[in-house]
Amino acid sequence: MAKKKNSWLAAPFGVWMAFFTLIPLGVVVYFALTDSAGAFTFDNLLGIGQHAGTLLRSIWLGAIATVLCLILGYPVAYSISRAKGVSQQTMVMLIMLPQWMNFLLRTYAWMTLLENNGLINKFLGLIGIGPLSMINTSGAVVLGMVYNFLPFMILPLYSVMTKIDKHTIEAAQDLGANGLNVFRRVILPLSVPGIITGITMVFVPAVSTFVISKLLGGGKDMLIGDLIEMLFAGTAVNYNVGSALSLVLMILIVVCMAVMNKFDDGEETGALIA
Amino acid sequence: MKTLSKIYNILIFLFLYAPIVVMIIFSFNDSKSRTVWKGFTTKWYAELFGDQAILDALLLSFIIAILAAIISTVIGAAAAIGLKSMNVKLRNFMMSLNNIPMVNPEIVTGVSLMLLFVVVYRTTGLLQPGFGTVLLSHITFCVPYVILSIMPKLRQMNPYIYEAAQDLGCPPARAFMKVVVPEIMPGIITGMMMAFTLSLDDFIISYFTSGSSAQTLPVVIYSMTRKRVSPKINALSTILFLIVLFLLVIINFRQIRDSAKEREKEQVKG
Amino acid sequence: MKKRLFSVILAVCMLAAIVSLAGCKQEDAVPLTGEVINVYNWGEYISNGEDGSLDVNKEFTRRTGIKVNYTTYPDNESMYAKLTSGSADYDVIIPSDYMIARLIEEDMLEPLNMSNIPNFSLIDDQFKGLEYDPSNKYSVAYTWGTVGIFYNKTMVDEEDVKDMSWDILWNEKYRGQILMFDNPRDAFGIALLKLGYSLNTTDKAQLLEAANLLKEQKPLVQAYVMDQIFDKMAGAEAALAPYYSGDALTMFDDNEDLGFAVPKEGTNRFVDAICIPKGAKNKELAEKYINFLCETDIALANAEYIGYSTPNTGALEQLDEEIKNNEIFYPGDDILSKTQIFLKLPDDINRYMDTLWIEIKTEN
Repeated sequence: MAKKKNSWLAAPFGVWMAFFTLIPLGVVVYFALTDSAGAFTFDNLLGIGQHAGTLLRSIWLGAIATVLCLILGYPVAYSISRAKGVSQQTMVMLIMLPQWMNFLLRTYAWMTLLENNGLINKFLGLIGIGPLSMINTSGAVVLGMVYNFLPFMILPLYSVMTKIDKHTIEAAQDLGANGLNVFRRVILPLSVPGIITGITMVFVPAVSTFVISKLLGGGKDMLIGDLIEMLFAGTAVNYNVGSALSLVLMILIVVCMAVMNKFDDGEETGALIA
Repeated sequence: MKTLSKIYNILIFLFLYAPIVVMIIFSFNDSKSRTVWKGFTTKWYAELFGDQAILDALLLSFIIAILAAIISTVIGAAAAIGLKSMNVKLRNFMMSLNNIPMVNPEIVTGVSLMLLFVVVYRTTGLLQPGFGTVLLSHITFCVPYVILSIMPKLRQMNPYIYEAAQDLGCPPARAFMKVVVPEIMPGIITGMMMAFTLSLDDFIISYFTSGSSAQTLPVVIYSMTRKRVSPKINALSTILFLIVLFLLVIINFRQIRDSAKEREKEQVKG
Repeated sequence: MKKRLFSVILAVCMLAAIVSLAGCKQEDAVPLTGEVINVYNWGEYISNGEDGSLDVNKEFTRRTGIKVNYTTYPDNESMYAKLTSGSADYDVIIPSDYMIARLIEEDMLEPLNMSNIPNFSLIDDQFKGLEYDPSNKYSVAYTWGTVGIFYNKTMVDEEDVKDMSWDILWNEKYRGQILMFDNPRDAFGIALLKLGYSLNTTDKAQLLEAANLLKEQKPLVQAYVMDQIFDKMAGAEAALAPYYSGDALTMFDDNEDLGFAVPKEGTNRFVDAICIPKGAKNKELAEKYINFLCETDIALANAEYIGYSTPNTGALEQLDEEIKNNEIFYPGDDILSKTQIFLKLPDDINRYMDTLWIEIKTEN
């Protein structure tokens, strides 16, 4: 009985979340279902169709970036998890360190690297290749996403992999499994929770970004985030259409994540800092 | 195989650090241009300390991060304890509420809060976008992380020690402070640190909820990336980066020394 | 790990404290009154103390003890978005002509009390009572200029430049080397000029035609940008970019291969003027600030730093002869006679243009 007494402690939290999470979402729904004069309408939601291309492109680029992060990040996470104490700590530190620098500035610096007369092309010129046109393409946008969100993939993977018992692997080897089989039958299945968390943590911000596409994509291939930003704070303000788009984006992602989170207990997010 | 993985890791680190190196180099460029190198200078470092706008934004970011960390830790810690003693149905509902700001794309959270503040301001004249709205928004997206970092500690805690303390005559409030709080302290600290860094680094939500008088450093930097980033900002980031690097290296070095000592001890024992 | 992070954060906090203290000391200044005004201006649009120039805002604080909280926007539309969102805590804004007309019509500006702005007399008569503010009740001209095309002499054929026309921005030869305005009014303006229509057309068919022209141009465009043009043109990333004449000085400084020309079809002439938004909390301080911006020495510092043409007669007099006689900044009647000023468009036309603009930007 003594336990029950404490539940009132969650009241401030409940009130807070109601005010600053539920009600704001309600306001979004309200704006999505009204026109600029405040009259009820489905026009905003029905009009989403014309932005289907933008929505699909965002999901497509976000998915590519997520897959690339997984492919690039997995080996790094694995080798960190197998490293000895000191070098393991150093490598984790090296992965986290760039996060301390403002992400806008880091993305901005990529412009200097990727431009036609940028540092990469100058370097390629020295060895007789190029110049490649990289900036202001979808590729540059994906690169920006991978760059910014790669640590979000590596860290949860790493934290799951360190928990894999060394003896499990040894047991598998003793029982005659070769390297590939150890990976496929032991390491990969045991790192699934990390993969799920990693995918979530990369995919959601990648799909909804507006800064990366603006800086590296030249404002030509707008993503859903760009469009929402433009409708709320940019060159074509319209809260109603913007709300409808936000609503659709949110539902889409919640559906994706609900499927993903079936496998996930949500604890790996803590790995980002600990 | 070993060398292959080493080369691979080096390439990944090169990828992660290339833009940072570029940024540091261009903080010494004798031109405001991001593309043209006009010679070496340290003048931006000197000018940085005279630029009130940047310094104000930096200070504001720190104030908001500190306040958001403290307030969200208080709310979150209380909530975590409260949730523990709730019935399952209500707890599940609260936990899914807790997940909303975490799963929702940041831009949607930002936009929804912006709309809330706009509506409230238009109808009541309260909550004009500014310092208050930024702080409220930051607390909102920090609390869930605090709760998530405290919950596991509560789960690990033996529930009987709290009752035992009471059985031994300790009043509930004191038993709570003396028994429960120390048990979950690591979770509280992790949560607070996380809230602090999340708030300090946040751009998207601040962008939508800040008014004219409360632009945090990331928002100021964003308004610069749309034209040209002042090399002063590069200088500032370089300084901050070097401080963090320096501290991490020292701590790492001390840990290496400590673990070496431990190994020595073990050898002596052995 | 927690301990480490904690010490890191502590150290960073200490640095922040030191930094903020360092910025506070000021010599022979009027003591701070505790008053603050919020100024919202275009990016790179005030002399800010870099390269030995005068830091105008700091100078204002030094002379009056009033602090300036200075923030910037990239285009008129973003400023309008901020203003209508209710976060308009601004005391001073500097929109362009057509935006001023829109704000006046929507009752979003405060009438100025000119007796608090005696320096208004320094403004050239030709910048008083213009169409956007006929009775000159709401605005004080800050800068003016024309829109033209910046080009890189090493990347563009000489013959294309000699008789500059807006057509060059649709020339296949320069595919991928063209930068374009990232705001609807300026972008549509160029298409309308090329088509020979009025910049202020309210004919939806003409706007649609312009939109189609812009869509046609999209594959040739490298990027839609605003002030990033500086860095992109300086680094020879692009060959052609329409932009404001006032930026010529800054651009030529960074890259001597750049040139500027006003196309023969005529162009847009713009005036940016200082206003006070409705509901400003510190109207009198704002007027003080406006008057200060019109002081001869301040206007001169701004004209020299920003490079945009100044409507201030006092500043113009003292301006470098070379700039004063430069056709780019102070064009003759042959160019001025072919310019049009943007006027406010009716609401439905604005909305229509916004919709078309989104279509252009999102289409692939």
